[in-house]
Amino acid sequence: MLRFIAKRLFWMIPSLFAVSFLAFVLIQLPPGDYVTTYIATLAASNEVIDQNTAAQLRERFGLDQPMIIQYIKWMWGIITRGDFGMSFEWQQPVSGLIWERMALTLALAIASLIATWAIALPIGVFSAVRKYSIGDYAFTVFSFLGLSIPSFLLALVLMYVAAVEFGQDVGGLFSHEYEAAPWSIAKMIDLMKHIWLPVIILAVSSTASLIRVMRANMLDELPKPYVTTARAKGLSEFRLLVKYPMRIALNPFISTIAWLLPNLISGSVVVAIVLNLPTAAPLLLQSLMAQDMYLAGAFVLLICALTLIGSLISDVLLALVDPRIRLE
Amino acid sequence: MADIAITSVQPDRAAIASQWQLIWWAFKRHRLAMISLFVTIAMYIVALVPGFFAINDPTAQNARATFYPPQGIHFIDTTNGFSLGLFYYPLKLTRDPQTLAAIYKEDTTKKVPLALFGRGYEYSVLGLFTSDIHLIATTDKTKPLFLFGADRLGRDVYSRVVQGAQISLSIGLVGVFISLLLGIVLGGISGYYGGKLDFVMQRVIDFVLSLPTIPIWLALAAALPQNWPATLQYMMITIILSFTGWAQLARVVRGRFLSLRTEEFVSAARLDGVSEGRIIFRHMLPSFSSHIIASVTLAVPAMILAETSLSFLGLGLQPPTISWGVLLREAQNIRSIATAPWLFMPGVAVVIAVMALNLLGDGLRDAADPYNK
Repeated sequence: MLRFIAKRLFWMIPSLFAVSFLAFVLIQLPPGDYVTTYIATLAASNEVIDQNTAAQLRERFGLDQPMIIQYIKWMWGIITRGDFGMSFEWQQPVSGLIWERMALTLALAIASLIATWAIALPIGVFSAVRKYSIGDYAFTVFSFLGLSIPSFLLALVLMYVAAVEFGQDVGGLFSHEYEAAPWSIAKMIDLMKHIWLPVIILAVSSTASLIRVMRANMLDELPKPYVTTARAKGLSEFRLLVKYPMRIALNPFISTIAWLLPNLISGSVVVAIVLNLPTAAPLLLQSLMAQDMYLAGAFVLLICALTLIGSLISDVLLALVDPRIRLE
Repeated sequence: MADIAITSVQPDRAAIASQWQLIWWAFKRHRLAMISLFVTIAMYIVALVPGFFAINDPTAQNARATFYPPQGIHFIDTTNGFSLGLFYYPLKLTRDPQTLAAIYKEDTTKKVPLALFGRGYEYSVLGLFTSDIHLIATTDKTKPLFLFGADRLGRDVYSRVVQGAQISLSIGLVGVFISLLLGIVLGGISGYYGGKLDFVMQRVIDFVLSLPTIPIWLALAAALPQNWPATLQYMMITIILSFTGWAQLARVVRGRFLSLRTEEFVSAARLDGVSEGRIIFRHMLPSFSSHIIASVTLAVPAMILAETSLSFLGLGLQPPTISWGVLLREAQNIRSIATAPWLFMPGVAVVIAVMALNLLGDGLRDAADPYNK
């Protein structure tokens, strides 16, 4: 087991290099660079920058060097000093900008993962055990509806309902007075008051598909002889379900850990923008648009690293839960 | 042959039916899936000739009809006597004396009949020829009918939804097809040969899965030639993205191949000297064709949802192209829900389309699964 983990960790290194390099190339692919964007924004307010100033700016940001040199310098800074470079747009070190947002993103991801599991697991098992009952049909309709609604539409509608019908303060993750405040217990409580809406919205579609998968897997397992044997031994129906078929049907739940983060970042950009969440996605989008490449590159690198770790965790958990899987 | 067998030896027909016949019989029993099949076919017919189903020109603006509320079509007229027929009442604009807010009310004194297969604006059918015949057309051009209301420029939401179906339902199909092909071939090779090749392929898949799609999308959207039409650009991006979309399917296909590799029927085929290509495509692939069919029908709705969210963000298609995502950009904030909820009709269209395709895929998966009783 330890050998397996070590081997996988070792293989992450080339993957991370490849992803970060690809991200770097992709960010530079559109014509122009940050200085072009900067000049365009200034031009919008009737301020003109001459060629010399632009060249000076490029030199200061290191944009006059070939891309491969820029990449090596950036990577070197990360490896030796943990320095992710400067954000052009914010004129701040990247590391100061991303950690809090990444932490909030991760918190949101884990909260929606827990919500998804807590809803999908019992419903999936119920639907399989009481196949074709009224409850099963109701949950089936619900899950297909959940799969079909675009998340931003759901976000808009739920925001409207929460704001108009219940008079809730929606949008963002914090109330106004806590936004810039340092972390405290009161701020945590405030976060809890706000986080439920995005969690529900982000959980709905994944819950719906997990219910389907769980139901299908349980239906495959339930008629198997080992279930009959367990029943013949006199196990109570509940213990029987939890102990044998559920353990095997759990497989897809654990696999979801691996997709969770990239899905949450890529898929939730729209939700994060509609709900005005201070997570990684909107800042990533903004930095990509402005070609603020060290900031965008750092985000892509971190997301990728977390995804690879997530996929490792899910593989290890799969081996622990499912007795049929062995890691060689 | 099959027909005779069905009528004469009823109980044994399952024994001699082909695989596709069995799937079709199982599928027909699934009522929800059958309904979804009809809905899907109907939607694609509309997408083929949207102009025929539209009422008003979807691009025509009308300054006197901004935020015009939806109107209903009436069938029975009881104002003087009793008569049947399609007609509607134009809405009359009045102002609230205190707030000056617009109030629309049906003007039941003026009845405008509708003509089936009547003439309206001219549209092109798939770029081949033009026509001006519509399923329903108003007989009074000065009083247009807004079935789903009008947007802030007075454009007919219903006709725009119908027109949007064309692009929303078709644009990602090529990409879906490419990722399907890549997923099967690469996943199949990885699972069938195993060993070192499999390990490398797995790392490649891990790598591809960890790529966040939004940055790729943005970079590509900015990098493609600006003088291409918006729809062509979008299609190119979906095709390039399909080179990342195959990974999930490849994972599943690999898993199936790994477990099938050791089955007796595969060993038997190999001992018989069957070529590797034939073992893969003739013996192994059919045993999980159900999964592949299902992933196609499930990939199409995913593509529709992707189009709506990207266009909603302004990263996908741009106006004046009409697609459901572009139309939903009109309904971006809470205020639009409060003042003009009918702007969400494209959203309803998305939900219906995606739901029908999902249910269809689910029914197909059940029907094609040989172990499903």
